[in-house]
Amino acid sequence: MLMACLMAGVVLTLMLGQSFTPLTTVLRVLGGADVPGATFTVRELRLPRAVVCVLVGASFGLGGIAFQTLLRNPLASPDIIGISTGASTGAVFAIVVLSLSGPAVSLVAIGAGLGVALLIYTLSWRQGVTGARLILIGIGLAAMLQSVTAYLLMRAPSWTLQEALRWITGSVNGAQLDQALPLFIALLLFGGLLFSRRQDLETLRMGDDLAAGLGVRLGVTRAVVVITAVALVSFATAVSGPIAFVAFLSGPIAARLMGRGASLLVPSALVGALLVLLGDYAGQFLLPARYPVGIVTGVLGAPYLLYLILRDNKTRGTL
Amino acid sequence: MSASSLLAQDLVAGYGERTILDGVSLKVPAGHTTAIVGANACGKSTLLRVLARLLTPAKGGVLLNGKDVHQLPSRRLAQQLGFLPQSPIAPEGISVLELVSRGRHPHQGLFKRWSAADEAAVADALAATHMSELAERHVDELSGGQRQRVWIAMALAQQTDVLLLDEPTTFLDINHQVDVLDLLTDLNRERGTTIVMVLHELNLAARYADQLVAMAGGKVYAVGPPEKILTEAMVRDVFGLQSRVIEDPITGKPMMIPLGRHGGR
Repeated sequence: MLMACLMAGVVLTLMLGQSFTPLTTVLRVLGGADVPGATFTVRELRLPRAVVCVLVGASFGLGGIAFQTLLRNPLASPDIIGISTGASTGAVFAIVVLSLSGPAVSLVAIGAGLGVALLIYTLSWRQGVTGARLILIGIGLAAMLQSVTAYLLMRAPSWTLQEALRWITGSVNGAQLDQALPLFIALLLFGGLLFSRRQDLETLRMGDDLAAGLGVRLGVTRAVVVITAVALVSFATAVSGPIAFVAFLSGPIAARLMGRGASLLVPSALVGALLVLLGDYAGQFLLPARYPVGIVTGVLGAPYLLYLILRDNKTRGTL
Repeated sequence: MSASSLLAQDLVAGYGERTILDGVSLKVPAGHTTAIVGANACGKSTLLRVLARLLTPAKGGVLLNGKDVHQLPSRRLAQQLGFLPQSPIAPEGISVLELVSRGRHPHQGLFKRWSAADEAAVADALAATHMSELAERHVDELSGGQRQRVWIAMALAQQTDVLLLDEPTTFLDINHQVDVLDLLTDLNRERGTTIVMVLHELNLAARYADQLVAMAGGKVYAVGPPEKILTEAMVRDVFGLQSRVIEDPITGKPMMIPLGRHGGR
């Protein structure tokens, strides 16, 4: 069902835009035909954008649900606890200070994301790590990293506002197909690794002790999940910047849609992809001015964050 | 299913700098029910966690049927030894059937499909705990007593020879406490499952366990059948409580009546 929604979403965003392209024309262009007036729009503008949206969204969705499940707290998503912010700061640092480009930026972003994850873990360690302390420390670090990003951007005078916005709120403006390939490989590799651990991850939802009693190797599972999730989020961030709240929202939305105790990995990836795709479309065409996708998802995510915090005060919330 | 024995040797264990178990040796006989009792913070839960390999002891070791549990791969161990913690978390919206099916985790592999044996184990666990009719219900909707049955059913579906339970009756009303302990006794009698549990309620422990382990200050104070262990001297030394121990008119087991400062005739 979600898959069908996503397909429909992709096709619709290929058809609609500043100008309308009929479905048949879209299909012909995708098939390789040259249609004057449509080929450039569909193949050069809309397709790369849609592909990057889907890949980035799926990566954020997976990274989010992995963290939320591992720490059994919907607030423990990488975009709340500073991991995406860290990756973003890393990417900006790589571009502005080290003058890198291409895959090297991704590598620095991943390094920074992992570094932040490690830092959060170390700082919140006090005879074991509890969710609440880890989240608060993560939020604090996120705020600090955001100001570092802003500082770095200010030192780079040639940067346009659009580019700056990418690294602060996230945007898929100017998406290119050649950006999509590394992202696709990362999604396949790390997503697959995560998927192979889905049983262990599901079992962890019932508590560490119980999971260990059922034969889950806690250390190994935690390490695999954290590393793959951070890698997914960092790869995506290196392309689009930290698109606000996608990682945070995808899991809970997927949980509402799927209801029961089913594995949420794949649904969360699909929801993430759909969120970014539709958010970006809304930001481009449905609002009076053009906004980057991160602004749209931010507007969607903030009320949910408030709701969670209010609800968490009453009950100990899980997904 | 054959009965399995568990042996702890000179365990020293704790968290960080803090030593909680200080030289504990214990033999859990195969096919028997053992209850660990003692005052708060005496190390009874810690002992159970070491037996379940959730905590690595600084010294000493645990042998399951003569093999060091720390040498066994996690899955292999989980096929032989089950552990039910004090407050497991039911994922929101999960059904009874799904939760009980999770007990098959150690029997599943990356590429192993859900098998007829898995199906049978789950059905059997539901039947044994009288939960078959509620299989489709959401765990959130159940009462505390029913929920505890679901967790026990999950542990049953794991089909282990040894089952460790940390205070399986806490937070339950007295009728559900008796119900859960009856259920565990059925398992022990019918399947020969070796049961080790931490229990708060002394009289219930004496009634349901073949062997009582009284712990105090991180050491084993005494081990043996309830008749030998539940004495006025033990209650005084272990719990710091004056009491009278009489024979339970129903079971013939010892029964402890606390002597408080009030309430005398």
